[in-house]
Amino acid sequence: MASFKPTKIQVYPKLGEKVTQDTLYWKNYKAPVQIKEFGAITNIDFSPVAPHNFAVTAFTRVHIYGPFSQEPVKTFTRFKDTAYSGRFRSDGQLLVAGCEDSVVRLFDVSGKVALRMFKGHTKAVHVTDFTSDSYQILTGSDDYTCRLWDIPNATELNTYQEHTDYIRCGVTSKLNRDLFITGSYDHTLKMFDARLDKSVMTMDHGHPVENLLLYPSEGLLVSAGGRYVKVWDLLKGGQPLVSMKNHHKTVTCLSLGSNGQRLLSASLDRHVKVYNTTNYKVVHNFDYAASILSLGLAPDDESIVVGMTNGILSVKHRKSPEESKETSGQQRRKPSYRVFVKGKNYVPKQDDYLVSKPVKQHLAKYDKQLKRFNVSKALDTALETWLRRRKPEITVAVIKELDRRGTLKNALAGRDEQSLFHLLNFLIGNLVDPRFAPVLVTTAEMILDIYRSVIGQSPVVDRQLLRLQDLLEREIDYQKDLLEVLGMLDTMFASSIPRKEVPCSGISRSNGLGQGEASTSRPQLQAT
Amino acid sequence: MVEHGDIRVVHRGGSKINFREPVITNDSKFLLCASGECVKVFSTSTEECVHDLRGHTDLVTGVIIKPSNHLQAYSCSADGTVRLWDFTDGILIKTYVIGHPIYSIHASASHEGVVFVVTSMHADKRPDLLQLVAVHLPRSGDQMVEARELSAVLSDVSSNPLAIVFGRGGEYIASTKGLKLEVYLFRKQKAYSFFLKEDNKKGRRNTFTCVACHPKDDCIATGHEDGKIRLWRNFNQKKEYTYSTLHWHHSAVSSLCFTPEGTNLLSGGIESVLVQWRYNQEDQREFLPRLGAAITHITVSPDGSLFFTSHSDNKITIIQSCLKVSAAIQGLVKGESVTTDLMMDPRSKSLVLNGKPGHLQFYSLQRDKLLYNLDVVQQEYIHESGLQQFEVVKAAFDASGNWLATVEERKQKGAEVELNLKLWEFDEQTQSFVLNTTISAPHEAQITGMCFCHSTDNQTTMLVSTSKDGHFKAWQLDAQAHTEAADERPSWSCDFVGAYHSLVPECCCFSADGSLLAVSFQEVVTVWSTASWELLTTLSQPPKAIRNLCFGRLSCSKYLLGTTGNNLLCCWNLLTCSLEWSTSMDVSLLLADPISENMAAFCRQAGSTDLFVFKPSEPRPLFSQKAVCPGKVTRAIFAPREEMLESCEESSQWLNRSQLYFLTQHMDLMTFTTKVEEDRLMASSKQLVIDDSVAMTPFYLLLGKHRQQDSGDAQSGISTERTPLPQGSVAIKELLQTPAHVLPSTSFLCSMFVQSLLISVTEPREENKATEEEMESEKEEEDSEEEMESGTTRPEQAPLGRHAAESAAPALTKAQVRELRRVKKLDRSWFAGLLDS
Repeated sequence: MASFKPTKIQVYPKLGEKVTQDTLYWKNYKAPVQIKEFGAITNIDFSPVAPHNFAVTAFTRVHIYGPFSQEPVKTFTRFKDTAYSGRFRSDGQLLVAGCEDSVVRLFDVSGKVALRMFKGHTKAVHVTDFTSDSYQILTGSDDYTCRLWDIPNATELNTYQEHTDYIRCGVTSKLNRDLFITGSYDHTLKMFDARLDKSVMTMDHGHPVENLLLYPSEGLLVSAGGRYVKVWDLLKGGQPLVSMKNHHKTVTCLSLGSNGQRLLSASLDRHVKVYNTTNYKVVHNFDYAASILSLGLAPDDESIVVGMTNGILSVKHRKSPEESKETSGQQRRKPSYRVFVKGKNYVPKQDDYLVSKPVKQHLAKYDKQLKRFNVSKALDTALETWLRRRKPEITVAVIKELDRRGTLKNALAGRDEQSLFHLLNFLIGNLVDPRFAPVLVTTAEMILDIYRSVIGQSPVVDRQLLRLQDLLEREIDYQKDLLEVLGMLDTMFASSIPRKEVPCSGISRSNGLGQGEASTSRPQLQAT
Repeated sequence: MVEHGDIRVVHRGGSKINFREPVITNDSKFLLCASGECVKVFSTSTEECVHDLRGHTDLVTGVIIKPSNHLQAYSCSADGTVRLWDFTDGILIKTYVIGHPIYSIHASASHEGVVFVVTSMHADKRPDLLQLVAVHLPRSGDQMVEARELSAVLSDVSSNPLAIVFGRGGEYIASTKGLKLEVYLFRKQKAYSFFLKEDNKKGRRNTFTCVACHPKDDCIATGHEDGKIRLWRNFNQKKEYTYSTLHWHHSAVSSLCFTPEGTNLLSGGIESVLVQWRYNQEDQREFLPRLGAAITHITVSPDGSLFFTSHSDNKITIIQSCLKVSAAIQGLVKGESVTTDLMMDPRSKSLVLNGKPGHLQFYSLQRDKLLYNLDVVQQEYIHESGLQQFEVVKAAFDASGNWLATVEERKQKGAEVELNLKLWEFDEQTQSFVLNTTISAPHEAQITGMCFCHSTDNQTTMLVSTSKDGHFKAWQLDAQAHTEAADERPSWSCDFVGAYHSLVPECCCFSADGSLLAVSFQEVVTVWSTASWELLTTLSQPPKAIRNLCFGRLSCSKYLLGTTGNNLLCCWNLLTCSLEWSTSMDVSLLLADPISENMAAFCRQAGSTDLFVFKPSEPRPLFSQKAVCPGKVTRAIFAPREEMLESCEESSQWLNRSQLYFLTQHMDLMTFTTKVEEDRLMASSKQLVIDDSVAMTPFYLLLGKHRQQDSGDAQSGISTERTPLPQGSVAIKELLQTPAHVLPSTSFLCSMFVQSLLISVTEPREENKATEEEMESEKEEEDSEEEMESGTTRPEQAPLGRHAAESAAPALTKAQVRELRRVKKLDRSWFAGLLDS
């Protein structure tokens, strides 16, 4: 006597992206905190010291937020016009910001009034930064110049007038106090040495440069401009290493994460992409509501802060280990579970006489009904709310099994309004799913055949049938459109593939058939 | 044409054992089954076939135990004879010639010397008008007796043996046919007939299918086509008969049987559920479900402890009376057709074909035994007629036997064909195939052909499938490369999809080295490179479609052979891409021997099939035989031999390394044998004469051999000179026959026992002779022990002693030699004495 073979549940391949370590890592964030600012957020800078506050430059203010506060802990409002590029010094004590009115202001983080004002630029200053010795400030302006200032005296040390367009980005070296790099809308990146009066290196990005980033080792430079993100090798004299084109609008911001293992780029196309810095492949992607202007990443990826054109600041905090475990961990076991596992791990001693117990086959509820040939009850169990919502594939497998046994009609017939409503609801939800369509279409036909005579007697069922009809019409239109697209693609492929002659021998007349068109395509087939 | 002196076609294995109900002997030790032209005797404890009772020249149609002697059995056959056998020894005792084909045989204890047979008595031999005839078996000493004393009992009976049965130890006989139940009372010499209506209101069919009689009561149980069982009582009156109805089966009841005490009624049908009804309490029933296939016959052993059900899948199940399956005797399952081709499993060297629904069967040709069934579909099979379920339609092995590909198909009316391609990997640990990949809907239409790439040096295995949807697909095992999870095993995926002018591909074949793939698209053969999937060339021989396609092997691998619909066998040379030769013959099947260059072609010729064996490079066939079998041969296979034959005759050389098996239209498995092989088989079968009532244990083998050897010694006459062995010794007898618990401790007995075995040696001359004798017998013994391969400690000592006695004898002193001989003699006699006592 063979044992009952349970219903085979078809395993469908998971559609969409593959689950990798990176996806798991970057998905492990809480729901974002959204804060409304007064205007477009142009810059986000994290403080390098402990609580890791971050400065958000938006409209005429610079706000400083704490790591977990929703309200700014500090606000600098003494700007006459739009503020730009609020940045912390390496000790986290001072903050510098440029302004549309060409004046650069230096603040004490605990104070309110500007400590120093650097005047000299003639147009808006979009770039400000501290040099690594903390006593000088680098600024870049729309008047095509970049300047170095002395903080104690508030005097201008040097002016570089090599760019031929707005300077919109720049970084200072963290290792060498004299080196800094600027990027400009004239498509060039220039590296300057404060000890000389001119640039020491020039690289052509090919597009207006929006942002620059130096690796911690400072051997590599990343530049963003247009739709491209490019990586340059500074030690090889500015040789381009990689050019990445993963966004479909201008890339506005760059950031490094996971101790330099991952590179993040934000763009006006509302996406943030995460690259692996060893092979520069995209490993993850975030979607946001609006075009992104600025991006900041807290040390150890504790939070991701994104500023958008509509003035919304989105802050995502990383889940703590307990929280992440809670969701992925198994469900709590019922207390009765312990009764069943009692003695499971007991190892018999050498002289114990072992009485083997026949292993009882565990069957699912619907299988128990199928074993007894209770077809209607089997379908009822398979249509239980939990099963049909969470695991439609099981419901479909049971329907398929009933169809195979030739008893689907019996199982579908003789239902009352309520259960027919549930059945139709399930059909409406899953009928157009390509995985289930072949099975469910025959089921739908059978239902219509069986209940044709009672149509019009129940408003609930009639409404469901109308919904079903509506759904099918939409699906047919959709399929038609798809076929049109397929036809277009076929024409394009046919014209682009060169026809190749097949060698054929002219020796035997009977073999002189013409060459064959060998259509070659590699379809994606579901394999489990 | 080549002469074919000693090659002939023989039936090989896979005979049907469920044709008639199995007969159980009175001691429940043997089971007698009619199987083709012989009766097979199975042991119920080991499930092995003990021996065949051969002698009939046509289909055996019935077997019964002789009521007056439970060690003899009658068998009847369509050749018109009834034969009496001694089934324990497999000896034919008598043959009674009736003269007309016999359809079934019945007997009862109260009718001594009479058997009842169903035969057509009329001269015109209309098969639909059968009679039950009492045959008085003449008492004469001759082997061959003509039985002339026939008397008709009932006319117009069914040919089904289940439709006639004796009741209450032979007081009456009940027979059913169509809608009529007829009871013949021997005492009254009167027959009563009872009729049922054609069908009642619900349109059910009331036709009788089987009948059984209660052993104690006047009660007849009849099974009907609509699944009802009727219990008839009071049938010795014409008018006042009554019947009650039992209904559980949803389709025809195929067999009914009362247990010997009459307490239970067993019934079975197509549902493959054995139902046990309590007699007189019919609402109490017990079930034994999922027996595997439809039940065709049910028998109960005379003591009622065992039930035997034979099933439509050529299986006999042995069931204990507590409804527990204890064993199964499984023959080769043969459905209506072999949808998968015949294949050889490269590992087990067994024949593989589709068996039970949804299964592949592995059948050992050498042992004529089903090894195991592989469940391919893995779904509950619903035993109901007219239901379309998944069937295994194609299967293929790769060259090493590591991979098995199967295609299962379910075709429904008005719906698309459901297809599944499954790939199975051989698991060394469990020694069976484990499912690796399931590809649902690999093609849009039915798969017409499938083959593995057979080259052994290739790193990746490749499978090609062709389908009626106009495409052929190549499947390949994925490299481990992009599976990131460590526990994920490599799986199969589609590598290439090819098509040619939207024609339908039929056959596909890989060349011997795996570099070329030939796919036939109707009348065009396309040749593809498997490395780059380029179409290399096309070959064609219009106007008819290609039927078979085959690459040559070994030295003929440059040839591609194909057969077309208009009776052409073509051979293309792939180096020149031209037709090498072609000949006109209607080839129904073309196949290549995997280990030689030979190819076999089965051709249809005037209603029968001819066989040609040839090499593609030579114009003359190696072997040809006209009229191999009637009808068409559709399936055949070359099976490699376990040991090579050394036949030097030219015509039979092709059978040296492999054997050709084929299936005829009537699903008989046939093969070709040579004289050499038959001789060898005969010789080996003579060696295997063993008393079958004793279980074959190594110990039994040991004892049996010694017994034979001893008797041999006795015959040779030299043993008279030997000193008498102390087998008659009173001490030993006492020792061996006293119950163990009353004996003193073994340590105390041992010295006494050894003392009693010692023989006082007085005459050195006699002793010498005896020793020589011993040495000879020891040599024999040693050989026999080697054959048995059973480890006993004695043979290790024996060669040592002999060696010392023969070669090192001069170096030893006389006393030492004597001592040695004494030890040896002691050893030997003790052993032999033990054996004999």
